[in-house]
Amino acid sequence: MIWQLDLIILLLVIVCAVAAIRVRDLLSATLLLGAYSFLMCLLWAVMGAVDVAFTEATVGAGVSTVFCVAAVFHTTRRTKD
Amino acid sequence: MKILGKLTILLCGVLLMVFAMEFPDWGDPESPASTHLSPYFIQHTLEDTAVPNIVTSVLADYRGYDTMFETTVILTAGLACFLLLRIERKKVHHRYYRHVPTGVSLRMEGDKFPKNSAVFQRMDANWVPYDFIISRTCRLIIPFIQIFALYVVAHGHHSPGGGFQGGVLMGASVILFAISHNLRAAIKSFSEKTAALFSVTGVFIYAGTGALCLIFGEVFLNYSALAPLFGNDRVMARSHGILMVEIGVAVAVTAVMIWIYYNLSSAGKQDEGL
Amino acid sequence: MESIFSLVIAKANYVAYIILMMVGLYAMIAKNNLIKKIVGMSIFQTAIILFYVSIGCKRGATIPILEHHAPPEGVAHGAEKVVAHAMDAIRVADYINPLPHVLMLTAIVVGVATLGVALALAIKVYKTYGTLEEDEINQQLRSG
Repeated sequence: MIWQLDLIILLLVIVCAVAAIRVRDLLSATLLLGAYSFLMCLLWAVMGAVDVAFTEATVGAGVSTVFCVAAVFHTTRRTKD
Repeated sequence: MKILGKLTILLCGVLLMVFAMEFPDWGDPESPASTHLSPYFIQHTLEDTAVPNIVTSVLADYRGYDTMFETTVILTAGLACFLLLRIERKKVHHRYYRHVPTGVSLRMEGDKFPKNSAVFQRMDANWVPYDFIISRTCRLIIPFIQIFALYVVAHGHHSPGGGFQGGVLMGASVILFAISHNLRAAIKSFSEKTAALFSVTGVFIYAGTGALCLIFGEVFLNYSALAPLFGNDRVMARSHGILMVEIGVAVAVTAVMIWIYYNLSSAGKQDEGL
Repeated sequence: MESIFSLVIAKANYVAYIILMMVGLYAMIAKNNLIKKIVGMSIFQTAIILFYVSIGCKRGATIPILEHHAPPEGVAHGAEKVVAHAMDAIRVADYINPLPHVLMLTAIVVGVATLGVALALAIKVYKTYGTLEEDEINQQLRSG
């Protein structure tokens, strides 16, 4: 519950989220989503929610990123916006 | 469309912030969320269920009905992915193979397959090169990931963990095997039919524990009814009942993660993956 | 004006969560690409989970796993021993509120299930229409 750590990770989370929807390459958007999930897991670990952080680390930063990469692999990688 | 979107979120954001000013301060022990039901859970979970991890006891015992339907939702998602994407294997007329030790390419017609599929690789549009270092390293790591997954499921009572986390870890180990080796090698060892059967088995284990409690005479999902099975101690029977349903959840989540990966990574055809 | 500013600073964490939610919502309604919409949906879900989990925090409290002293040697680990050692004093203000964690565990797992189905739908749309941009799909639907 160190508030400096909370603040830094929260700022990084907002930057990651804005970047994930603004890049024009879908594979980069997927990996930024993975980084966003991992930073959220750190935020919850600092807040003391260890079960939620564990679940988000496995599900969000692990399996969900793999699913998104698989979907991008089978569709297209470029986007116009 | 973008201007409309920006206007909408500006309006939504301002409205939410105006009402967020009424929320309790950060870290307040007297906030309304912490004063009605949660003191009962914190104080009574050890004497009711003998499980120190409050989150596990609330998830699997006090609110076990929600968790049962959540497991059903996961099963439905796996089923939906399967029904959307899975297509029959088209009859291809010829396939190209490469013999790894010598580098010779073959072309096979009709229904013939090469006998020793460990040394032959398929050359398709989605051909992924075979990498020795990655496949051997992952072969070393995967058994440890699986042991850790079993540890997480079994120690959900005393440390952060439980059914969901252990199930996803176990599914992730099979997905790692499918990524580092061939998808078809993974399907041969853990086939899609096994995944479908295991996912349904997990939901049945959960609902079956509840039905067992009904048979013994108590309310559905009241695990203290299982006391005659576990040595006549009603409190420890609840602890063991929580372990049984966590095993059910872990089995279901493992199978559904693998099933969704098989369908997504090959877009239904299940011949070549990522 | 001053009081509004000081109020915003006091509840700055809620402002950050609302900004995250609005980023996700904007991606869902204003972006043309289907995968960007799915990414926005995931951002929105995780931001809501962050909001709920932050409600359960308490100052100076520890994680919601009850500490209990190990029983002495040679004693069976029955329920009575565990209860006797641990019920000395369980003060509620010492442990973080576990109720939001429980609800949000369900939410995370349902979120990944929804993500899987949404990606399967995106692959199907790509196979049928050949593109993932929403305006091109609308054009094909109108003309074809």
